[in-house]
Amino acid sequence: MTAIRPFGLVRGLVIVGALAAFPFVFNEHWLVNIGVFTLMYAALATAWNMFAGYSGYISLGHVAFFGIGAYTVANTFSVSSPLRGSAYSFTSHAFMSIGSGYRPFYVLPLVGLAVALLSVPIGWVALRTRAITFAIVTLTLLFVFQNLAFNLRGVTNGSSGLSVPTPNFPVETYERPFYFAMLGVLVLGLLLSWHIGRNKLGLMLFAIREDEEKARGLGVRTTGVKLVTFALSAGLTAMAGGVWAYYLTYIYPQFAVDPLVMIGSVVPVFLGGRGTLWGPVLGALILVPAQQYMAYRLGASELYLVGYAAVFVVILLVLPRGILPSLGDAYERWRYRGARVTVQPEEVPAA
Amino acid sequence: MTAAAALLESDALTKRFGGVTAVEECSLAVQSGSITALIGPNGSGKTTLFNLLTGYDFADSGAVRFDGRAVRRPNPIALYRAGLTRTFQQARIFPQLSLIENMTVAVHQPWRAIVYPAVRRADRERAHELLEEFGLARLVEERAGRLSYGQKKLLEFATVLMSKPRLVLLDEPTAGVNPVMVEKIEERIRALHARGLTLLVVEHNMPLVMGLCDRVIVLDHGRKIADGPPAEVQHDPAVLDAYLGT
Ligand SMILES: Nc1ncnc2c1ncn2[C@@H]1O[C@H](COP(=O)(O)OP(=O)(O)OP(=O)(O)O)[C@@H](O)[C@H]1O
Ligand SMILES: [Mg+2]
Repeated sequence: MTAIRPFGLVRGLVIVGALAAFPFVFNEHWLVNIGVFTLMYAALATAWNMFAGYSGYISLGHVAFFGIGAYTVANTFSVSSPLRGSAYSFTSHAFMSIGSGYRPFYVLPLVGLAVALLSVPIGWVALRTRAITFAIVTLTLLFVFQNLAFNLRGVTNGSSGLSVPTPNFPVETYERPFYFAMLGVLVLGLLLSWHIGRNKLGLMLFAIREDEEKARGLGVRTTGVKLVTFALSAGLTAMAGGVWAYYLTYIYPQFAVDPLVMIGSVVPVFLGGRGTLWGPVLGALILVPAQQYMAYRLGASELYLVGYAAVFVVILLVLPRGILPSLGDAYERWRYRGARVTVQPEEVPAA
Repeated sequence: MTAAAALLESDALTKRFGGVTAVEECSLAVQSGSITALIGPNGSGKTTLFNLLTGYDFADSGAVRFDGRAVRRPNPIALYRAGLTRTFQQARIFPQLSLIENMTVAVHQPWRAIVYPAVRRADRERAHELLEEFGLARLVEERAGRLSYGQKKLLEFATVLMSKPRLVLLDEPTAGVNPVMVEKIEERIRALHARGLTLLVVEHNMPLVMGLCDRVIVLDHGRKIADGPPAEVQHDPAVLDAYLGT
């Protein structure tokens, strides 16, 4: 299984159609709420996979961009934004108090674009390193941004957090706009992933994942290729963060730049299959509802983390490449059943 | 090719790894249009020299000139684009990618190409032509990881030709390859040479070297100990000594 084979448009439409129908079929609040979070993690996983899954660079700092997206939206639509003067807040208060309606959703593409640009210098520095060093550098990024969120009071209001007025969406279907916004981010992520996967950019990323030095020897501009993808992935992550901030209406540094969100966007990719188009979505569809359901039944305990760790260990032991690639392998074995194996030992001693 | 200009030159290249001097004061010239062999016992610094010439490693001192221009900080990407490319001793290919994908990765791309389809029509045609010549055409959609070791060497050789390079450095193209494929490789080298490609080849197969090359450079313990036409080098006492003695 290499890259993504051009997937049936039909398959895509059926899956997205089913996801779009969900809130109409199940309209209990708690279920749609789980749906919002499932789609959020599906989008985050898809965004993460687009860079990390395709290039093999394990970024553990993506959630920093999630936080930046969240704070951008919160700041733009907050009544108490420390960025704006109090007089402005006061005069606009009457208007703002009825909420910002759908406007935060409309600015999402701008947020994505801005954060994508912002991520370029960050990525340029981080991408000087490789493999495990890159993972650690990006993990540091996570904690740097969390610290900034706590301390840049002028922008984030520090640990007191920022609030966005609750929009006056109809109570019965309150979650729906957020659900569809998340679905929009996910679909954008899938379209980008699909486009990259079947284009030269994807081919170059796969070559980098397999043997970066060799790719350089074939003239692949490795840094540029990685950087472009890193920026796209960061922008998408920020868009999901923007929707999340508006949905929660209150954001705090420890939740906006949260290692748990990072874990939640990485584990589904490993479960579903790194570097595949649908793997991250599949992983999120399995893991997030289970986790949210448990949180709903057991209260806000963090026991699910034990479950996540267990899932991760099981994946690495049983399906090291994830569900979809393992299915692909099984298919290939079936296709080549009985065929003479042409593969010889990898290492032939040099004469 | 008489009185041709040197396409690639090195001047007193030196590379040390801790206490080991892998390449020492090595000066050589590869004439445009020639097939030059680089030989020497195991560990004499041939691969290290390749790494220095292609930007995979940095020399401690010395200089490299390609096509008459000094290469200040050798960089594989830039050198590839300038027409200098290499293969590796251990056949490096992309095992999860198909043969056709392996071939297209190696095509020169302008920046806007990142939004082009992965395998364009022109790339496919050129790849097919080359794979045909290397006897791999029927495996074009196969994953490269499924190839035999010898086939991988052929594939790697074929990929570096995608960009129509001017100089190819081959690191032991026939090592660990069965005799039939050795013939195939020799035939390809001759054909490419006839079309004007310049080659610098590391090779342990002496009959092959003597039959194929215009000029032979011999390394021993990182030093150049002989440089000349095959017939001459063959009988050089220093060379015999390096291979047989101490
Ligand atoms: N990265 C490295 N670090 C330390 N020593 C190295 C390194 N690369 C090569 N050497 C040493 O440099 C010397 C030359 O090695 P090199 O691989 O260039 O030889 P070679 O002529 O290609 O040998 P062979 O015919 O076996 O391929 C050897 O002594 C080797 O141990
Ligand atoms: Mg060698």
